[in-house]
Amino acid sequence: MIALLSRDLALAVRAGGGFGLGLAFFLIVTVLVPFGVGPESATLSRIAPGILWVGALLACLLSLDRIFALDYEDGSLDLLATAPVPLEGVVAMKAAAHWVTTGLPLVLAAPVLGVLLNLAPAAMGWLVLGLGLGTPALSMIGAFGAALTVGLKRGGLLLSLLVLPLYVPTLIFGAELVARGAAGQVTATPAAMLAAITLATCALLPFAAAAALRVNLR
Amino acid sequence: MASLWQYANPQKFVQTTGAVLPALAVLTALALIAGLVWGFFFTPDDFRQGSTVKIIYLHVPAALMAINAWLMMLVASLIWLVRRHHVSALAARAAAPVGLTMTVIALLTGAIWGQPMWGTWWAWDPRLTSFLILGLFYLGYIALWAAIEDPDAAADLTAVLCMVGSVFAVLSRYAVNFWNQGLHQGASLSMDAEENVADVFYFPLLVCIAGFVLLFVTLVLLRTRTEIRARRIKALLARERMA
Repeated sequence: MIALLSRDLALAVRAGGGFGLGLAFFLIVTVLVPFGVGPESATLSRIAPGILWVGALLACLLSLDRIFALDYEDGSLDLLATAPVPLEGVVAMKAAAHWVTTGLPLVLAAPVLGVLLNLAPAAMGWLVLGLGLGTPALSMIGAFGAALTVGLKRGGLLLSLLVLPLYVPTLIFGAELVARGAAGQVTATPAAMLAAITLATCALLPFAAAAALRVNLR
Repeated sequence: MASLWQYANPQKFVQTTGAVLPALAVLTALALIAGLVWGFFFTPDDFRQGSTVKIIYLHVPAALMAINAWLMMLVASLIWLVRRHHVSALAARAAAPVGLTMTVIALLTGAIWGQPMWGTWWAWDPRLTSFLILGLFYLGYIALWAAIEDPDAAADLTAVLCMVGSVFAVLSRYAVNFWNQGLHQGASLSMDAEENVADVFYFPLLVCIAGFVLLFVTLVLLRTRTEIRARRIKALLARERMA
Protein backbone atom coordinates (compact mmCIF):
# COMPACT_ATOMS: atom_id res chain seq x y z
CA MET A 1 0.00 0.00 0.00
CA ILE A 2 2.92 2.32 0.70
CA ALA A 3 4.29 1.35 -2.71
CA LEU A 4 0.95 2.23 -4.26
CA LEU A 5 0.96 5.60 -2.56
CA SER A 6 4.48 6.42 -3.70
CA ARG A 7 3.65 5.23 -7.22
CA ASP A 8 0.67 7.55 -7.41
CA LEU A 9 2.67 10.43 -6.00
CA ALA A 10 5.51 9.84 -8.45
CA LEU A 11 3.05 9.70 -11.33
CA ALA A 12 1.42 12.92 -10.21
CA VAL A 13 4.72 14.75 -9.83
CA ARG A 14 6.38 13.52 -13.00
CA ALA A 15 3.40 13.64 -15.33
CA GLY A 16 3.07 17.34 -14.59
CA GLY A 17 -0.12 19.31 -14.97
CA GLY A 18 -2.09 17.66 -12.21
CA PHE A 19 0.10 18.74 -9.34
CA GLY A 20 0.18 22.52 -9.63
CA LEU A 21 -3.00 22.93 -11.60
CA GLY A 22 -5.35 22.77 -8.64
CA LEU A 23 -3.21 25.25 -6.78
CA ALA A 24 -3.17 27.68 -9.72
CA PHE A 25 -6.93 27.32 -10.02
CA PHE A 26 -7.33 28.10 -6.31
CA LEU A 27 -5.18 31.20 -6.78
CA ILE A 28 -7.14 32.41 -9.79
CA VAL A 29 -10.53 31.92 -8.13
CA THR A 30 -9.33 33.90 -5.13
CA VAL A 31 -7.93 36.66 -7.33
CA LEU A 32 -11.12 36.88 -9.38
CA VAL A 33 -13.41 37.36 -6.41
CA PRO A 34 -12.32 40.93 -5.57
CA PHE A 35 -12.96 41.88 -9.20
CA GLY A 36 -16.47 40.54 -8.81
CA VAL A 37 -17.44 42.03 -5.46
CA GLY A 38 -15.23 45.13 -5.34
CA PRO A 39 -12.02 45.89 -3.47
CA GLU A 40 -13.49 47.11 -0.14
CA SER A 41 -11.44 45.31 2.46
CA ALA A 42 -14.30 45.09 4.97
CA THR A 43 -16.48 43.19 2.52
CA LEU A 44 -13.60 40.97 1.50
CA SER A 45 -12.65 40.00 5.02
CA ARG A 46 -16.31 39.24 5.72
CA ILE A 47 -16.62 36.79 2.81
CA ALA A 48 -13.03 35.50 2.84
CA PRO A 49 -13.74 32.25 4.78
CA GLY A 50 -16.48 31.23 2.38
CA ILE A 51 -14.50 32.16 -0.72
CA LEU A 52 -11.43 30.26 0.42
CA TRP A 53 -13.45 27.18 1.25
CA VAL A 54 -15.46 27.22 -1.97
CA GLY A 55 -12.23 27.79 -3.90
CA ALA A 56 -10.57 24.84 -2.20
CA LEU A 57 -13.61 22.72 -2.91
CA LEU A 58 -13.62 23.58 -6.61
CA ALA A 59 -9.87 23.12 -6.94
CA CYS A 60 -10.26 19.70 -5.36
CA LEU A 61 -13.11 18.86 -7.73
CA LEU A 62 -10.99 19.75 -10.74
CA SER A 63 -8.64 16.82 -10.35
CA LEU A 64 -11.08 14.19 -9.07
CA ASP A 65 -11.72 12.39 -12.34
CA ARG A 66 -8.00 11.67 -12.61
CA ILE A 67 -8.03 9.52 -9.47
CA PHE A 68 -9.13 6.38 -11.26
CA ALA A 69 -9.59 7.36 -14.91
CA LEU A 70 -5.99 6.89 -16.10
CA ASP A 71 -5.58 3.57 -14.32
CA TYR A 72 -8.93 2.45 -15.67
CA GLU A 73 -7.96 3.27 -19.24
CA ASP A 74 -4.59 1.52 -19.29
CA GLY A 75 -5.88 -1.48 -17.36
CA SER A 76 -3.75 -1.15 -14.26
CA LEU A 77 -6.92 -0.76 -12.20
CA ASP A 78 -7.84 -4.35 -13.15
CA LEU A 79 -4.45 -5.47 -11.92
CA LEU A 80 -4.90 -3.55 -8.68
CA ALA A 81 -8.32 -5.13 -8.21
CA THR A 82 -6.87 -8.62 -8.51
CA ALA A 83 -3.81 -7.79 -6.39
CA PRO A 84 -3.54 -9.22 -2.86
CA VAL A 85 -4.11 -5.75 -1.43
CA PRO A 86 -7.83 -5.26 -0.69
CA LEU A 87 -9.53 -2.89 -3.09
CA GLU A 88 -10.71 -0.80 -0.13
CA GLY A 89 -7.05 -0.17 0.71
CA VAL A 90 -6.32 0.78 -2.87
CA VAL A 91 -9.16 3.31 -2.77
CA ALA A 92 -7.92 4.75 0.51
CA MET A 93 -4.39 5.09 -0.86
CA LYS A 94 -5.66 6.70 -4.06
CA ALA A 95 -7.60 9.21 -1.99
CA ALA A 96 -4.53 9.83 0.17
CA ALA A 97 -2.40 10.46 -2.92
CA HIS A 98 -5.03 12.85 -4.23
CA TRP A 99 -5.02 14.68 -0.93
CA VAL A 100 -1.22 15.00 -0.86
CA THR A 101 -1.16 16.36 -4.40
CA THR A 102 -4.13 18.75 -4.18
CA GLY A 103 -5.38 19.11 -0.62
CA LEU A 104 -2.06 19.62 1.12
CA PRO A 105 -0.80 22.37 -1.25
CA LEU A 106 -4.11 24.16 -0.76
CA VAL A 107 -3.72 24.01 3.01
CA LEU A 108 -0.22 25.44 2.76
CA ALA A 109 -1.16 28.15 0.26
CA ALA A 110 -4.33 29.21 2.04
CA PRO A 111 -2.73 31.76 4.45
CA VAL A 112 -1.18 33.67 1.53
CA LEU A 113 -4.53 33.88 -0.20
CA GLY A 114 -6.12 34.75 3.13
CA VAL A 115 -3.86 37.81 3.25
CA LEU A 116 -4.97 38.74 -0.27
CA LEU A 117 -8.58 38.63 0.87
CA ASN A 118 -7.84 40.57 4.05
CA LEU A 119 -8.79 37.69 6.35
CA ALA A 120 -8.51 38.57 10.03
CA PRO A 121 -5.10 37.47 11.41
CA ALA A 122 -6.80 35.64 14.27
CA ALA A 123 -8.55 33.39 11.75
CA MET A 124 -5.38 32.33 9.86
CA GLY A 125 -4.59 29.46 12.16
CA TRP A 126 -8.20 28.28 12.09
CA LEU A 127 -8.22 28.45 8.31
CA VAL A 128 -5.16 26.21 8.06
CA LEU A 129 -6.46 23.87 10.74
CA GLY A 130 -9.90 23.71 9.16
CA LEU A 131 -8.57 23.01 5.68
CA GLY A 132 -6.18 20.47 7.13
CA LEU A 133 -9.03 18.70 8.89
CA GLY A 134 -11.55 19.04 6.10
CA THR A 135 -9.71 18.46 2.81
CA PRO A 136 -9.07 14.73 3.46
CA ALA A 137 -12.85 14.32 3.56
CA LEU A 138 -13.09 16.18 0.25
CA SER A 139 -10.58 13.78 -1.33
CA MET A 140 -12.27 10.71 0.12
CA ILE A 141 -15.77 11.76 -0.96
CA GLY A 142 -14.33 12.67 -4.32
CA ALA A 143 -12.72 9.25 -4.67
CA PHE A 144 -16.14 7.73 -4.07
CA GLY A 145 -17.65 9.92 -6.79
CA ALA A 146 -14.79 9.09 -9.13
CA ALA A 147 -15.32 5.36 -8.47
CA LEU A 148 -18.99 5.73 -9.39
CA THR A 149 -18.31 7.48 -12.68
CA VAL A 150 -15.05 5.85 -13.76
CA GLY A 151 -16.57 3.81 -16.59
CA LEU A 152 -18.33 6.75 -18.20
CA LYS A 153 -17.17 8.55 -21.32
CA ARG A 154 -18.02 12.05 -20.16
CA GLY A 155 -18.17 11.59 -16.43
CA GLY A 156 -16.67 14.93 -15.46
CA LEU A 157 -19.84 16.99 -15.29
CA LEU A 158 -21.84 14.18 -13.73
CA LEU A 159 -19.07 13.74 -11.17
CA SER A 160 -19.44 17.31 -9.99
CA LEU A 161 -23.22 16.97 -9.82
CA LEU A 162 -22.83 13.86 -7.65
CA VAL A 163 -20.03 15.08 -5.43
CA LEU A 164 -20.88 18.71 -4.71
CA PRO A 165 -24.03 17.98 -2.65
CA LEU A 166 -21.96 15.55 -0.60
CA TYR A 167 -19.53 18.39 0.17
CA VAL A 168 -22.19 20.50 1.87
CA PRO A 169 -21.59 19.41 5.50
CA THR A 170 -17.81 19.79 5.17
CA LEU A 171 -18.20 23.23 3.63
CA ILE A 172 -20.63 24.39 6.31
CA PHE A 173 -18.45 23.36 9.23
CA GLY A 174 -15.21 24.47 7.56
CA ALA A 175 -16.42 27.95 6.74
CA GLU A 176 -18.09 28.24 10.13
CA LEU A 177 -14.83 27.36 11.84
CA VAL A 178 -12.96 30.16 10.08
CA ALA A 179 -15.76 32.67 10.57
CA ARG A 180 -15.90 31.89 14.28
CA GLY A 181 -12.15 32.09 14.53
CA ALA A 182 -12.24 35.52 12.89
CA ALA A 183 -14.92 36.70 15.30
CA GLY A 184 -13.08 35.29 18.30
CA GLN A 185 -15.87 32.87 19.24
CA VAL A 186 -15.71 29.29 20.47
CA THR A 187 -14.31 27.13 17.68
CA ALA A 188 -14.27 23.72 19.30
CA THR A 189 -17.68 22.61 18.00
CA PRO A 190 -17.16 23.13 14.24
CA ALA A 191 -13.59 21.81 14.51
CA ALA A 192 -14.79 18.65 16.21
CA MET A 193 -17.59 18.20 13.67
CA LEU A 194 -15.16 18.69 10.80
CA ALA A 195 -12.80 16.11 12.24
CA ALA A 196 -15.72 13.74 12.80
CA ILE A 197 -16.83 14.02 9.17
CA THR A 198 -13.31 13.39 7.93
CA LEU A 199 -12.79 10.38 10.17
CA ALA A 200 -16.18 8.90 9.34
CA THR A 201 -15.74 9.32 5.58
CA CYS A 202 -12.23 7.83 5.74
CA ALA A 203 -13.57 4.88 7.72
CA LEU A 204 -16.68 4.10 5.68
CA LEU A 205 -16.45 5.48 2.16
CA PRO A 206 -13.57 3.22 0.99
CA PHE A 207 -16.02 0.32 1.23
CA ALA A 208 -18.67 2.10 -0.82
CA ALA A 209 -16.09 3.27 -3.36
CA ALA A 210 -14.57 -0.21 -3.64
CA ALA A 211 -18.05 -1.67 -4.20
CA ALA A 212 -18.64 0.85 -6.97
CA LEU A 213 -15.25 0.05 -8.54
CA ARG A 214 -16.01 -3.68 -8.52
CA VAL A 215 -19.24 -3.00 -10.37
CA ASN A 216 -17.44 -0.84 -12.91
CA LEU A 217 -14.70 -3.43 -13.46
CA ARG A 218 -17.17 -6.28 -13.87
CA MET B 1 -46.63 -19.96 -0.24
CA ALA B 2 -47.66 -16.42 -0.96
CA SER B 3 -45.16 -13.80 0.09
CA LEU B 4 -44.06 -10.36 -0.90
CA TRP B 5 -41.21 -11.85 -2.89
CA GLN B 6 -43.45 -13.39 -5.52
CA TYR B 7 -43.79 -9.87 -6.92
CA ALA B 8 -40.09 -9.96 -7.66
CA ASN B 9 -41.19 -11.88 -10.73
CA PRO B 10 -41.81 -9.15 -13.33
CA GLN B 11 -44.59 -11.14 -14.98
CA LYS B 12 -46.42 -11.50 -11.68
CA PHE B 13 -45.78 -7.87 -10.83
CA VAL B 14 -47.22 -6.59 -14.10
CA GLN B 15 -50.26 -8.85 -13.78
CA THR B 16 -51.09 -7.86 -10.23
CA THR B 17 -50.44 -4.16 -10.61
CA GLY B 18 -52.43 -4.16 -13.83
CA ALA B 19 -55.42 -5.41 -11.88
CA VAL B 20 -54.88 -3.04 -8.96
CA LEU B 21 -53.94 0.16 -10.79
CA PRO B 22 -57.38 1.26 -12.07
CA ALA B 23 -58.84 1.02 -8.58
CA LEU B 24 -55.83 2.80 -7.16
CA ALA B 25 -56.09 5.59 -9.72
CA VAL B 26 -59.79 6.12 -8.93
CA LEU B 27 -59.04 6.18 -5.20
CA THR B 28 -56.24 8.68 -5.75
CA ALA B 29 -58.48 10.96 -7.77
CA LEU B 30 -61.25 10.71 -5.18
CA ALA B 31 -58.98 11.46 -2.23
CA LEU B 32 -57.22 14.33 -3.98
CA ILE B 33 -60.42 15.93 -5.25
CA ALA B 34 -62.17 15.48 -1.91
CA GLY B 35 -59.21 16.76 0.12
CA LEU B 36 -58.41 19.73 -2.10
CA VAL B 37 -62.02 20.82 -2.62
CA TRP B 38 -62.70 20.46 1.09
CA GLY B 39 -59.53 22.33 1.92
CA PHE B 40 -59.88 25.10 -0.63
CA PHE B 41 -63.57 25.87 -0.43
CA PHE B 42 -64.99 24.57 2.83
CA THR B 43 -62.47 25.68 5.44
CA PRO B 44 -62.37 29.15 6.99
CA ASP B 45 -59.54 31.60 6.32
CA ASP B 46 -56.93 31.80 9.02
CA PHE B 47 -57.31 34.89 11.16
CA ARG B 48 -53.78 36.05 10.47
CA GLN B 49 -52.72 34.32 7.27
CA GLY B 50 -55.99 34.84 5.41
CA SER B 51 -56.60 32.53 2.51
CA THR B 52 -52.90 31.82 1.94
CA VAL B 53 -53.15 29.17 4.64
CA LYS B 54 -54.82 26.93 2.08
CA ILE B 55 -51.55 26.27 0.31
CA ILE B 56 -50.84 23.91 3.21
CA TYR B 57 -52.96 21.28 1.43
CA LEU B 58 -50.37 21.07 -1.33
CA HIS B 59 -47.24 22.02 0.54
CA VAL B 60 -47.27 19.63 3.49
CA PRO B 61 -48.25 16.44 1.60
CA ALA B 62 -45.74 17.17 -1.16
CA ALA B 63 -42.93 17.77 1.33
CA LEU B 64 -43.87 14.61 3.20
CA MET B 65 -43.80 12.52 0.04
CA ALA B 66 -40.54 14.09 -1.13
CA ILE B 67 -38.80 12.66 1.91
CA ASN B 68 -40.68 9.37 1.92
CA ALA B 69 -39.95 8.82 -1.76
CA TRP B 70 -36.25 8.90 -0.97
CA LEU B 71 -36.85 6.50 1.90
CA MET B 72 -38.69 4.15 -0.43
CA MET B 73 -35.78 4.37 -2.91
CA LEU B 74 -33.39 3.50 -0.11
CA VAL B 75 -35.38 0.40 0.85
CA ALA B 76 -35.75 -0.65 -2.78
CA SER B 77 -32.01 -0.16 -3.36
CA LEU B 78 -31.20 -2.30 -0.34
CA ILE B 79 -33.52 -5.04 -1.58
CA TRP B 80 -31.82 -4.88 -4.97
CA LEU B 81 -28.35 -5.09 -3.43
CA VAL B 82 -29.25 -7.96 -1.13
CA ARG B 83 -31.68 -10.04 -3.14
CA ARG B 84 -31.04 -8.91 -6.74
CA HIS B 85 -34.69 -8.46 -7.67
CA HIS B 86 -34.82 -6.39 -10.84
CA VAL B 87 -38.29 -5.07 -10.12
CA SER B 88 -36.95 -3.50 -6.95
CA ALA B 89 -34.19 -1.64 -8.79
CA LEU B 90 -36.67 -0.47 -11.41
CA ALA B 91 -39.08 0.71 -8.72
CA ALA B 92 -36.31 2.82 -7.18
CA ARG B 93 -35.55 4.25 -10.59
CA ALA B 94 -39.24 4.93 -11.18
CA ALA B 95 -39.66 6.71 -7.85
CA ALA B 96 -36.85 9.24 -8.32
CA PRO B 97 -38.52 11.63 -10.79
CA VAL B 98 -41.73 11.50 -8.75
CA GLY B 99 -39.77 12.39 -5.63
CA LEU B 100 -38.01 15.21 -7.45
CA THR B 101 -41.36 16.57 -8.60
CA MET B 102 -42.66 16.46 -5.04
CA THR B 103 -39.57 18.34 -3.86
CA VAL B 104 -40.12 21.01 -6.50
CA ILE B 105 -43.81 21.30 -5.60
CA ALA B 106 -42.92 21.72 -1.94
CA LEU B 107 -40.31 24.37 -2.71
CA LEU B 108 -42.54 26.28 -5.13
CA THR B 109 -45.64 26.28 -2.94
CA GLY B 110 -43.45 27.27 -0.02
CA ALA B 111 -42.08 30.21 -2.00
CA ILE B 112 -45.55 31.29 -3.09
CA TRP B 113 -46.72 31.14 0.52
CA GLY B 114 -43.57 32.74 1.87
CA GLN B 115 -43.78 35.81 -0.36
CA PRO B 116 -46.84 37.35 1.34
CA MET B 117 -46.16 35.80 4.77
CA TRP B 118 -42.43 36.17 5.32
CA GLY B 119 -42.04 38.92 2.72
CA THR B 120 -39.55 36.86 0.77
CA TRP B 121 -39.65 34.09 -1.84
CA TRP B 122 -36.66 32.38 -0.40
CA ALA B 123 -34.71 32.39 2.83
CA TRP B 124 -31.62 30.36 3.70
CA ASP B 125 -33.54 28.57 6.39
CA PRO B 126 -32.40 25.08 7.45
CA ARG B 127 -35.57 23.37 6.25
CA LEU B 128 -35.61 25.17 2.93
CA THR B 129 -31.92 24.64 2.38
CA SER B 130 -31.96 20.96 3.19
CA PHE B 131 -34.88 20.52 0.82
CA LEU B 132 -32.90 22.19 -1.91
CA ILE B 133 -30.03 19.81 -1.18
CA LEU B 134 -32.46 16.87 -1.29
CA GLY B 135 -33.50 18.09 -4.72
CA LEU B 136 -29.84 18.08 -5.80
CA PHE B 137 -29.49 14.50 -4.56
CA TYR B 138 -32.49 13.49 -6.66
CA LEU B 139 -30.93 15.20 -9.68
CA GLY B 140 -27.62 13.39 -9.21
CA TYR B 141 -29.37 10.05 -8.74
CA ILE B 142 -31.47 10.47 -11.89
CA ALA B 143 -28.45 11.66 -13.87
CA LEU B 144 -26.41 8.64 -12.80
CA TRP B 145 -29.19 6.27 -13.89
CA ALA B 146 -29.36 8.03 -17.23
CA ALA B 147 -25.61 8.04 -17.80
CA ILE B 148 -24.80 4.34 -17.40
CA GLU B 149 -25.73 2.05 -20.25
CA ASP B 150 -25.44 -1.37 -18.67
CA PRO B 151 -28.69 -1.76 -16.67
CA ASP B 152 -27.28 -3.97 -13.92
CA ALA B 153 -24.25 -1.75 -13.34
CA ALA B 154 -26.52 1.30 -13.30
CA ALA B 155 -28.76 -0.35 -10.71
CA ASP B 156 -25.78 -1.27 -8.55
CA LEU B 157 -24.10 2.12 -8.71
CA THR B 158 -27.26 4.12 -8.11
CA ALA B 159 -28.09 1.86 -5.17
CA VAL B 160 -24.69 2.61 -3.63
CA LEU B 161 -25.18 6.31 -4.34
CA CYS B 162 -28.63 6.19 -2.73
CA MET B 163 -27.21 4.69 0.46
CA VAL B 164 -24.31 7.12 0.73
CA GLY B 165 -26.59 9.99 -0.28
CA SER B 166 -29.05 9.12 2.49
CA VAL B 167 -26.36 9.47 5.13
CA PHE B 168 -25.18 12.76 3.70
CA ALA B 169 -28.73 14.07 3.31
CA VAL B 170 -29.37 13.49 7.01
CA LEU B 171 -25.97 14.97 7.85
CA SER B 172 -26.70 18.05 5.74
CA ARG B 173 -30.03 18.46 7.47
CA TYR B 174 -28.32 18.79 10.84
CA ALA B 175 -25.37 20.75 9.50
CA VAL B 176 -27.59 23.48 8.11
CA ASN B 177 -29.39 23.59 11.44
CA PHE B 178 -26.06 24.50 12.95
CA TRP B 179 -25.33 26.98 10.19
CA ASN B 180 -28.38 29.20 10.31
CA GLN B 181 -31.37 29.86 12.48
CA GLY B 182 -34.73 29.02 10.99
CA LEU B 183 -37.57 31.09 9.71
CA HIS B 184 -39.72 28.05 9.01
CA GLN B 185 -42.29 27.13 11.65
CA GLY B 186 -42.07 23.81 13.46
CA ALA B 187 -44.08 20.74 12.59
CA SER B 188 -47.74 21.57 12.21
CA LEU B 189 -48.92 18.02 12.61
CA SER B 190 -47.44 15.17 14.53
CA MET B 191 -48.71 12.38 16.71
CA ASP B 192 -47.47 13.65 20.03
CA ALA B 193 -47.27 17.42 19.69
CA GLU B 194 -49.57 19.60 21.75
CA GLU B 195 -49.62 22.37 19.18
CA ASN B 196 -51.11 21.00 16.01
CA VAL B 197 -53.12 22.94 13.50
CA ALA B 198 -56.78 23.35 14.39
CA ASP B 199 -59.09 20.49 13.54
CA VAL B 200 -60.83 22.46 10.77
CA PHE B 201 -57.57 22.42 8.84
CA TYR B 202 -56.37 19.10 10.19
CA PHE B 203 -58.92 16.71 8.72
CA PRO B 204 -58.89 17.96 5.11
CA LEU B 205 -55.11 17.93 5.38
CA LEU B 206 -55.16 14.26 6.36
CA VAL B 207 -57.31 13.49 3.32
CA CYS B 208 -54.84 15.40 1.13
CA ILE B 209 -51.93 13.49 2.58
CA ALA B 210 -53.73 10.21 1.89
CA GLY B 211 -54.33 11.46 -1.64
CA PHE B 212 -50.64 12.28 -2.16
CA VAL B 213 -49.56 8.89 -0.78
CA LEU B 214 -51.95 7.17 -3.16
CA LEU B 215 -50.77 9.39 -6.01
CA PHE B 216 -47.19 8.46 -5.29
CA VAL B 217 -47.94 4.72 -5.14
CA THR B 218 -49.96 4.89 -8.35
CA LEU B 219 -47.30 6.82 -10.24
CA VAL B 220 -44.48 4.58 -9.05
CA LEU B 221 -46.36 1.40 -9.97
CA LEU B 222 -47.22 2.86 -13.35
CA ARG B 223 -43.66 3.95 -14.01
CA THR B 224 -42.25 0.62 -12.83
CA ARG B 225 -44.53 -1.18 -15.29
CA THR B 226 -43.29 1.14 -18.01
CA GLU B 227 -39.68 0.39 -17.08
CA ILE B 228 -40.33 -3.36 -17.12
CA ARG B 229 -41.96 -3.11 -20.54
CA ALA B 230 -39.17 -0.91 -21.88
CA ARG B 231 -36.62 -3.44 -20.75
CA ARG B 232 -38.61 -6.28 -22.29
CA ILE B 233 -38.74 -4.44 -25.60
CA LYS B 234 -35.00 -3.96 -25.45
CA ALA B 235 -34.51 -7.67 -24.80
CA LEU B 236 -36.81 -8.60 -27.68
CA LEU B 237 -34.97 -6.26 -30.04
CA ALA B 238 -31.66 -7.74 -28.96
CA ARG B 239 -32.98 -11.24 -29.58
CA GLU B 240 -34.20 -10.20 -33.04
CA ARG B 241 -30.78 -8.87 -33.94
CA MET B 242 -29.18 -12.11 -32.82
CA ALA B 243 -31.49 -14.24 -34.95
